[in-house]
Amino acid sequence: MEQMDVIDGGFAAPVFDAQTVFRAVMDAMARPGTIQPVVGLTQPPAPLSATAGAVALTLCDHDTPLWLDAGLQVSTARSWIAFHAGAPLAATPADAHFALVASPANMISVENFAQGTQEYPDRSTTLVLQVESLTEGTPLHLEGPGIETSATIAPTPLPRHFVEQWKQNGARFPRGVDVILAAPDAVACLPRTTRIKTMEA
Amino acid sequence: MSTPATDIATYNFAYLDEQTKRMIRRAILKGIAIPGYQVPFASREMPMPYGWGTGGVQVTAAIIGPDDVLKVIDQGADDTTNAVSIRAFFQKVADVAVTTETAKATIIQTRHRIPEHPLTGGQTLVYQVPIPEPLRFLEPRETETRKMHALEEYGLMHVKLYEDIARHGRIATTYAYPVKVEGRYVMDPSPTPKFDNPKMHMSPALQLFGAGREKRIYAVPPFTKVVSLDFEDHPFEIQTFDQPCALCGAEQVYLDEVILDDKGGHMFVCSDTDHCETRQACGHRGHLSPDILETAR
Repeated sequence: MEQMDVIDGGFAAPVFDAQTVFRAVMDAMARPGTIQPVVGLTQPPAPLSATAGAVALTLCDHDTPLWLDAGLQVSTARSWIAFHAGAPLAATPADAHFALVASPANMISVENFAQGTQEYPDRSTTLVLQVESLTEGTPLHLEGPGIETSATIAPTPLPRHFVEQWKQNGARFPRGVDVILAAPDAVACLPRTTRIKTMEA
Repeated sequence: MSTPATDIATYNFAYLDEQTKRMIRRAILKGIAIPGYQVPFASREMPMPYGWGTGGVQVTAAIIGPDDVLKVIDQGADDTTNAVSIRAFFQKVADVAVTTETAKATIIQTRHRIPEHPLTGGQTLVYQVPIPEPLRFLEPRETETRKMHALEEYGLMHVKLYEDIARHGRIATTYAYPVKVEGRYVMDPSPTPKFDNPKMHMSPALQLFGAGREKRIYAVPPFTKVVSLDFEDHPFEIQTFDQPCALCGAEQVYLDEVILDDKGGHMFVCSDTDHCETRQACGHRGHLSPDILETAR
């Protein structure tokens, strides 16, 4: 039974599904704060979500060492990703091109992941955080490239002290990580250039 | 067993294999996240020579889907060799809808122009870039230019612009005019006339740049500051034209000079053919329009 969980649930139409998901991620990355719908194109084993699974199959392959958080590490999802994407697992978060995080609330701090170098800031980890919602958390007011005036997004759950961590991430520019927020039916992105405006209480 | 001849030339959708598309897509996302930074990518050989837009073609192939409407322009024109062949390429390998109308396109691949018709939020502009490194003619070593970008050390570029002023009394750079993106990276906007530089600033469209031979992808997200480099006493200026388009009478557009005879006769017409044709269809006429000449005769 477990064997079938691993083999089933990939893209039904790999070429077009990957293109659909990529365009959603690209639009979300280019316009931070916008919510781009992505609907059930994969059925990975728990705790990997359908959206995070789709993002992984769209972007990951044998060229991209992948870091999985503790929950994913011990699950069938690990074999599912290995079978469908063929991505090797990163030994440490600092070696990862992508990180899949099923439980953002318990995530290790952002600075543990690859930040890139000043010469090659692209050699950094892209974090894929599985969130329950993009509208029901604490509102984050965003500004930066891709945002005409300001944008608001309310993802939940987020890593601890995320606003402070994100501020430090921005201070490292051009180094730093980028975040793809994978909700059950949509994606949103926080590229490293996006600033979260702290509101006065 | 014999295979039907029609199967021989069957490609994956949009020509590239999926692993290549993933690699290019990852580079595009990094490019968007670091506006103006040139992301190295494993550029593939394409069925056209370097210099014909292999970088732009690979970017377009990585993003295009069956629902997209593609427009391809070469120096603003939809009907020149490079534009026609790339458009035909994607019709063949991706079976996508194509258009010449700027407003109807979702992806516009361009060689050296930005359309006159304002771009909108749903559109992606893909530039074909020959030399992505703005500092390359000032410093030939990649190791050095990379260090200069890392340290945000762009003094050399200002010296170059200053030498223009010292020699010509003005900044003589007219195309591939260097810009600074979001206050950080100096970027080559590809050899577009500097006339188009202001259109890049806070554009609602996503702008992607592909350099096939040099193996670089970079991007300017929508609503991003793109500032042409200049000096306080020599501010950036775009080209101006003394006369309107000879066919549609448009002003404030970029014009091409067309030689008419061997006696010095010439005319200036819109470089953006779609813009010119749309205006003519709306009844705008320039002094050399066929029906104006007809009436005069």
